Amino acid sequence: MIPAAFDYIRARSTDDAFAQLQRLGPDARILAGGQSLIPAMRFRLARPSVLVDINGIDDLNYIRAESTALTMGATARDSAVERAPWIGERRWSLIHDVSRVVADPVVRQMGTVVGSLCHNDPSGDWTTVALAARAELVVRGKDGSRTVSIDDFLLDSYTTAVEEGEMALAVRFPVPDDRTAGCYQKVERKVGDYATAAAAVQVSLNADGTVRQAGIALSSAGPCAVRVGEAEALLTGQVPTADLIRAAGDAAAKASDPQGDLRGSVEYKKNLAGVLVSRGLRQALARLGVQR
Amino acid sequence: MKVSIKVNGVQFEKDVEPRTLLAYFLREDCGLTGTHVGCDTSSCGCCVVVVDGDQAVKSCTMFAAQADGHEILTVEGLAQGGALHPLQQAFWDQHGLQCGYCTPGMLMTSYALLKHKPDPSESEIREELAGNLCRCTGYNNIIKAVRQAADTLQSAPAAK
Repeated sequence: MIPAAFDYIRARSTDDAFAQLQRLGPDARILAGGQSLIPAMRFRLARPSVLVDINGIDDLNYIRAESTALTMGATARDSAVERAPWIGERRWSLIHDVSRVVADPVVRQMGTVVGSLCHNDPSGDWTTVALAARAELVVRGKDGSRTVSIDDFLLDSYTTAVEEGEMALAVRFPVPDDRTAGCYQKVERKVGDYATAAAAVQVSLNADGTVRQAGIALSSAGPCAVRVGEAEALLTGQVPTADLIRAAGDAAAKASDPQGDLRGSVEYKKNLAGVLVSRGLRQALARLGVQR
Repeated sequence: MKVSIKVNGVQFEKDVEPRTLLAYFLREDCGLTGTHVGCDTSSCGCCVVVVDGDQAVKSCTMFAAQADGHEILTVEGLAQGGALHPLQQAFWDQHGLQCGYCTPGMLMTSYALLKHKPDPSESEIREELAGNLCRCTGYNNIIKAVRQAADTLQSAPAAK
């Protein structure tokens, strides 16, 4: 299908894009990679009257790995993450894993990380990873830029803390310490399909082998990505034994509240969420040299 | 709105609606029907074209307006002076197509792949082509063809 008619504005700068959004109000939408928005417009699920294209703004297209944070600008492509020089570092293994399974390789050439977070699809990959990695968003509003934790950013399906006339400028992932590894586990019927279930896991260990911090989140398990706080609490301060890993999986299965569809029943998807969390924890720990 | 887009080296200046998708711009405004539309919803990859030399894009999920000022390479731009591009020759030699519907997308995704990874392993080719669906040839011969083209291009770097 062809989208409903709209007006197209190419923003020249971030200031220009923001001014356009302020002027145009709720009917305007930002066009970044467009890999979710354009299909939604084609199905007439979205009918913005104006698109503000930010792809030409060079200073939004960056990925910066600095001492305290890894920051991705609003038009940083998934494919740029995949090819980033630091992507093989163990501390970024969660981001490494997800960068290879978002949509398909061609969609990743256009798709953006920040756009995916703003879209906040219940089956999103980046939203789930951002929860486990405790990311934060930089949002520009009338009173300047503010920082929003991912937990406060994801409000409901397709709804975020970005309000009318505002725009998300970047996502920041805190740099984890050296004894950190992660894992993204996703089951999909075919490449590019929505996940049947997926789990993001990130674990930081103390020198004595106990867990300093755990991040565990699920995709396709509720109205938007779900943090499994119970599993995180179970692991924190403990030596991650096989029993604890199983218990964390059980907590994830309990926290999962999926919808049954052709990809699987509710019971199947809940069970799968638990399996993927346990599997992800074992793989993250293996990356830290701990076999369970 | 006016757009100016270079397609296969030829500048096209056209007046389009903002909602015109790049695939339809190429097919209907430029008359280049080699770019196929399959699923029309960014799943199948039949419509892949190369933007600015090395970026494979599903042209059913990009507006022509976004391509304004950019360079597009379509399947029609691969052969030079009547000689098939090494990728096209390899698809021929390896029987990398039956019906041919998915072939333009396969070729253009492979073209961008070889720009980024001139010597891909079989598994890398399989991964990179995962966004392109073929419903009749089967993937084995397509993978073999891409591998052959990689060898040809590496031994004759002057070829495009």
